[in-house]
Parts: sequence; C-alpha cells; structure tokens
Amino acid sequence: MVERIDSYPTHEHDGYKLRTGRPLPFGASLVPGGVNFSVYSSHATACTLVLFEKGAAQPLVEIPFPDEFRIGNTFSMIVFDIDVENTEYGYRMDGPWEPEVGHRFNKDNILMDPYAKAIGGRDAWGKPPNWDDPYQHRGRLVFDDFDWENDRPLELPIEDLIIYEAHVRGFTRHESSGVKHPGTFAGLREKIPYLKELGINCIELMPVYEFDEFEHSRPNPMREGEMLMNYWGYSTVGFFAPKAGYAATGVLAMQVDEFKALVKELHRSGIEVMLDVVFNHTAEGNERGPSISYKGLDNKVYYMLTPEGYYFNFSGTGNTLNCNHPVVRGMVLDCLRYWAAEYHIDGFRFDLAAILGRDQNGAPLANPPLLEMLAHDPVLAKCKLIAEAWDAGGLYQVGSFPAYGRWAEWNGKYRDVMRRFVKGDTGLIGEVAQRLQGSPDLYALRGPTASVNFVTCHDGFTLHDLVAYNGKHNEANGEDNRDGNDDNLSWNCGWEGVTEDPGVVALRQQQMKNFAALLMVSQGVPMILMGDEVARTKGGNNNTYCHDNELNWLDWSLREANAEQFRFFKHIIAFRHAHPALRSRYHFANRDYVGSGYPDISWHGTQAWAADWSENNDHTLAFMLCGKHAKQGTAQDDYLYVAINTYWDGLPFELPGLPSGMKWHISTNTSMSAPQDIFAPGKEPVLDDQSHVIVGGRSLVILVGR
Amino acid sequence: MAFDVSLEMTKNGVAKITLAGELDANVAGEFRDKVDEAAQKGAKRLVLLMADLEYMASAGLRSLIFAKQKMGADVDIYVIAAQDPVMDTMEMTGFHHSVIMRDEYDAEIENI
Repeated sequence: MVERIDSYPTHEHDGYKLRTGRPLPFGASLVPGGVNFSVYSSHATACTLVLFEKGAAQPLVEIPFPDEFRIGNTFSMIVFDIDVENTEYGYRMDGPWEPEVGHRFNKDNILMDPYAKAIGGRDAWGKPPNWDDPYQHRGRLVFDDFDWENDRPLELPIEDLIIYEAHVRGFTRHESSGVKHPGTFAGLREKIPYLKELGINCIELMPVYEFDEFEHSRPNPMREGEMLMNYWGYSTVGFFAPKAGYAATGVLAMQVDEFKALVKELHRSGIEVMLDVVFNHTAEGNERGPSISYKGLDNKVYYMLTPEGYYFNFSGTGNTLNCNHPVVRGMVLDCLRYWAAEYHIDGFRFDLAAILGRDQNGAPLANPPLLEMLAHDPVLAKCKLIAEAWDAGGLYQVGSFPAYGRWAEWNGKYRDVMRRFVKGDTGLIGEVAQRLQGSPDLYALRGPTASVNFVTCHDGFTLHDLVAYNGKHNEANGEDNRDGNDDNLSWNCGWEGVTEDPGVVALRQQQMKNFAALLMVSQGVPMILMGDEVARTKGGNNNTYCHDNELNWLDWSLREANAEQFRFFKHIIAFRHAHPALRSRYHFANRDYVGSGYPDISWHGTQAWAADWSENNDHTLAFMLCGKHAKQGTAQDDYLYVAINTYWDGLPFELPGLPSGMKWHISTNTSMSAPQDIFAPGKEPVLDDQSHVIVGGRSLVILVGR
Repeated sequence: MAFDVSLEMTKNGVAKITLAGELDANVAGEFRDKVDEAAQKGAKRLVLLMADLEYMASAGLRSLIFAKQKMGADVDIYVIAAQDPVMDTMEMTGFHHSVIMRDEYDAEIENI
C-alpha cells in the first residue's frame, strides 16, 4: 500500500510542524499524525492558536494562522505531534473593538473554541477556580474511541415513554444515596436499578453541557460558609462538552468516557436519555459579562444585538443567542448531531425554545429555519425533539410552536388546568377533558404525542409542595422571597407547610396520588419530576436554581419514609405500560370504527353515558376507553374506566355496561390507603357491585374491564 | 516507578501481558505494541496482569479500548489483580463491563 503523502507537514513554527487544515468539521479533530484545528469568524482580521500544557498558566506556544491557511472566514491548520491528552487549546482573535456596531475583538483574551469537545478549568464540582488564570475554560482534545459494543439509540415510540426529569448531581449527591461517587454520572449509573424498579423508560437530564457553577456565585446569606451557585446549570459555557464536574473522573479528564458509559448502561436497561439543551443564551451575560468564547470570536453573529450594540435579553439572563443567523444555526445543528451520533442521545428538550423561532431582531418568525432544519435533519431523524414553547420575552407558543410534524411541547396548559382541577377549582370540566385526551384542541393535526404532560418540573414546586404550600417560600434564595413564580395554582390542604395533622397529611397523600393517576391515564407523554415518587419536599421553595444542598439533593431515606407514595407511583406507571389504550399515537375518533359496539372513548358522569358538560357540574367526570380500539384497533387491551370526583364528599358513579362475560375490576382508588389504593396489573380484584362505584371525595377510581 | 510491560504467549494461545508501574500517555504506545504483537501471534485470549500497575491515566484506558477493538469480539480480555485506583478508574468509566475482572490468574483462564 502506498503511504499517504497528505499528512506531511509543509510549514513550521517554533519547532511545531504544520500543514494547512481542513475547514470542516469545525473544532479540533484528530487526524493522522496530528490535530486539525478549524475555527471561524466573520469579522476577525487574524487568528492565533494558543496551546497549553494541561493546567499551565502560560502558553506552551502561540501559532498564528498563516494567511494561506485561511479560506473564506475560516482558519484551519493541522498541528503535528501534539500530546493529545496533555494539551489544552484556545484562540486569540484580532479585529475591531467597536461595541456600538457589535464588535468586541480583543487579542489579549484567550478564547475557548465553541466546538470544544471537552473543557478543563472546572474539573471537580465546587472546587474554587484560580480566578487569576486569564484562561478559565480551556478547550481539550478528545478521542472518539469509546467501546459502544452494539449500542445505539433505543428509538422507543414517543407515546410509550414515561419521562423522569432529573439533575445529575441532585440525584445522588445526598449521603443517603449510598453510591460510591455521589453526584456524578457514575453515581447515577449505580442507581439504574432504582429507575427500572420505578418503571420509567426515559431519563431527561437537566443541563449536562459544560457550565460554570461559580457563575454569579455568592455567599449564602442564610447558611454561613455555604455558597449560592449556578446549580441547575441553565447557562452554557460550551455546547459540545459534557460537564467535567459531573464526572467522578473529571479530574482525570475522562468525563466523555464516563458519560458515554452512563448512556450505554441506561440503554441496556431500556431507558432512553434525553438532554435538556439551552440554546437560548450563553454564560457570557451582557456587556458586563465575561468574554469566554462567542463574544470575542464573532459577537455580532452569535448574539442578538440592539442597533446600539447592546444585548437583547429574551432569555432573562443577559444575552440571547442569535439562533436564526445561518452560522449559529449551523453550530446548533452540528452540536445536536454530535450528541446524537457520538453520545447516542435519544432526544432533546429545548429550554425556552420560543427563542429559537425569533429572527435576528427578536421578532417571531412564521417559518423559523432552525426549527425546520432540526425537524428534517437526517442524523436527528429518530431523536425526540421537545420544546419548552415559551420564553422570557413573552412569546407563549403552547399549541402553536412551529412543529413540522416533529416537535412535541411541554404542555404548560396541562400543568395549569390539572393543578386547578385537583385543588377543586370549578368550571374546568371541558378543558380537563381535552387535556386527558392529549389536548386535541391544541394539537389537532399533530396528535397526542405532541403533548408532554406534566404537573411538576424542576421549575416550581415539587409534587409534595404543590399540596403543602399555598405560596412560595424562597427566602433561602437571598432575594427576600421576590424571585420565583407567584402563581403556583397550589393548595396546602388546610395548613401551610409541615404538619402532623393526620387529616391534612392523608389528604395531601391522596391529592398526590390523584395527580400521579391523572398523568398516567392521560393521552400524550407523561413526565414526572425526580423525587416526586417519594414525595420529596423543597420546603416550599419554588426556585431552587442556586442551592447546592438538601433543597436540591434527593434524600434516599424518603424511599422508606414515603413507601406508600413510591408503591403507588410504581404501580400506576406499570398500569400505563400494561395498557396500550392509554398510549395512542392518534387522537380519538369519538366513534366505533372496529365494530366493538363501543366508541374508542366515551364520556360519563355520575350517570353512565351522560357526561354533564353544563356549568352546573364542577366536580365530576368519567371516561371509558374501549380496549378493542387500543392503538387504533391494532392492539388488544382491557376496557378502562376512570372516574374523577373533585367534590369534597363521596359520590356514586353509575358504571357503563361491559360486553357480556366481562367484569369490572378495581385497579385504583386514591381515597384508600395502601395496599387498597392500587393493585398491580393483573391482580385487580373484581368489583362487588358491577353497576355502581363510590368515588370518595377528592379522589379518583380506575376500573379495568376484562 | 517506571513503566514496564512484557508479553508471554502460552502454548494454549493465551497472551499474558504483565504491566507494572504507571501507565500514562508517554508509555501507552509500548503497551499497544505488545497488544499488536499478541494479535499477530494469533492470541485467542488476552490476559492483562496488573498486580504491579500503580496508576492508569486516560491513555491507559484508551489502550484497553484499543486492545478490545484490535483483538475483536471473539477474544476475551481478562484483567487480573487490578489495584484499587486502577479498578476504580475502570468502574467509573464503565470499562469493567467490557472485560472480565479476576483476582488471580488460574487454570480456568489458562485452559481455553
């Protein structure tokens, strides 16, 4: 075989052998004999590659890109004989400093590559950085040699998912977790059996892209010696790099391997991995913020700027990424493709996604090219795409997010109406019926799979606090309880916060079961918040973004303390998995199209076949799903009947008749205590009275006809 | 302690590679050369004796991945007597699932 001659150096600088690089792909890529560095800037006049020995204060060498290595607006160069594992790199960009027209070049700064696949500088969570280091977030080189064996993304049908929203650190940081490496990817991996027992099949991780937990960090005014930090991580430093501080091996620079090992093992357990991605802003803040990367590379391209050169702030955090600039669009696409292909990620949830549909001046676009591009991309074709369909600039697109047949949404309207309904608000029956069906009023053409149904998420109260607090209690955040949402639609069941009152405690338990049951019998894609299955509390704090302490750490002793809650969640999740009729890809037709004699869905009330949609009825609703229509008649299922009573006292519900030979069995009754509250699928006892069921005050009953 | 690596082929076709000292980026090539050599000699099983290996940097783990992919799926890789820090690194990165960890080299491993 003839040896290739295209990998020989042609240039030399300070002892380093060089050759013109390839403009694509951007970033640093390992090539035979060296590393290909490629970076772009539309307005820079010159670029210098800066190489460091890992962790060193002073550069090892600075290599200006020769003019002949520049094609268009890209600078690319192969540097030979680099010690891949011990090298960090950055760039100096020369160009105008003219903030009034959007340019912020300063060649005194060393800038991180936006495509850096690993980032040094915050290798161990919470370890105070060296603030004197002028280069805080350092690009590193990574190998793509992970041993995936035969793994690939699971491609579970989205309607079959039960999503569990979790924070990597919060999941196992508490000492009660008992894992070997608390608060890390490795720690999470150790807890996979727990997730399997619970029954979820998709874990959605709050941001794992490299962020700086020290961004805006400050002493905690309430707890001496503790810092308030950027704990949740919704502020990206580098989009292509997993957070080193989330890896037990971050100090060994092996975070890439550790995260891939987590994904691989979750997949082996049948659990998909979804990432919460934050493309609406970066960690560089506004004109007072640091210049980490994008600002110094191509400020005018990466950010939405006012005509005077200030930062638009649709994200509520200082700046707004200029997502529909063609170059930024390319970066977002490259990034998601990288995570899908290189990390086998199954889906993405886009934080404040409405911003992704704004043009370069912030105006909402009818046909946003970025969203269209992601929807039709071949590499992302099987990835779930889920939008948080609003932003901090007042754009609210639940039901109207540009979907291109692909995008699903966090259904904020589901959350709001279910919260109000369960606490007893009136006049909601019609809307609740829509939400139970996967919101056909919002997603007529998109089907129920467009609706990610949830009652709680990281933002706001936990499920326990939703039934234990009327108002937020955010004093610990150090802003005199001004931060966080004021409109929680919560009800404390008679006492604000902690109480021993058995009546209040029992009612709270019942209400939590009601929420869990409603979620699992609703068409669409249910999502639960980490810890709700064990009634985790945050003491009424509804905005714990800054706490690296027990407010955010899951206390694993709750698994025993609140065993009734866990048992209920486990069984109601199993119930959903057991019944394809609950997981339809298409909306109900409201008629019989398989010849069963029953419509696919029928509505009832205290009287069978007579749902009361009038304004006189505030509190009762029942529906039946015909098992012969499950999955549009392609699957066989039992008949299911769900009766909901939000009135304070019990009411008899007349039951619709079943085909001859079948009997109603009782699956769930939230007014009962364990073990009578719910039965494992297949173990449901026959109902004594086949014509009526008493549904207790503020409770829900599920029957199975077979 | 300086890195040391040696290869011994048994008559059964087991390639025994003994590793000692610190396996980092500077010396990983020596280890990979031995893996190459074992593959060329038709090794049916790869046994890595690590009792005297004190430290393994990322490059060391990369070499194990290289060994796995070089030898192919049919060749089992045994890791014998890895010290705690080495074992820990392998566990944190999930690599322990790709190899067979044993406390000692015995007849069961010897006899293919």
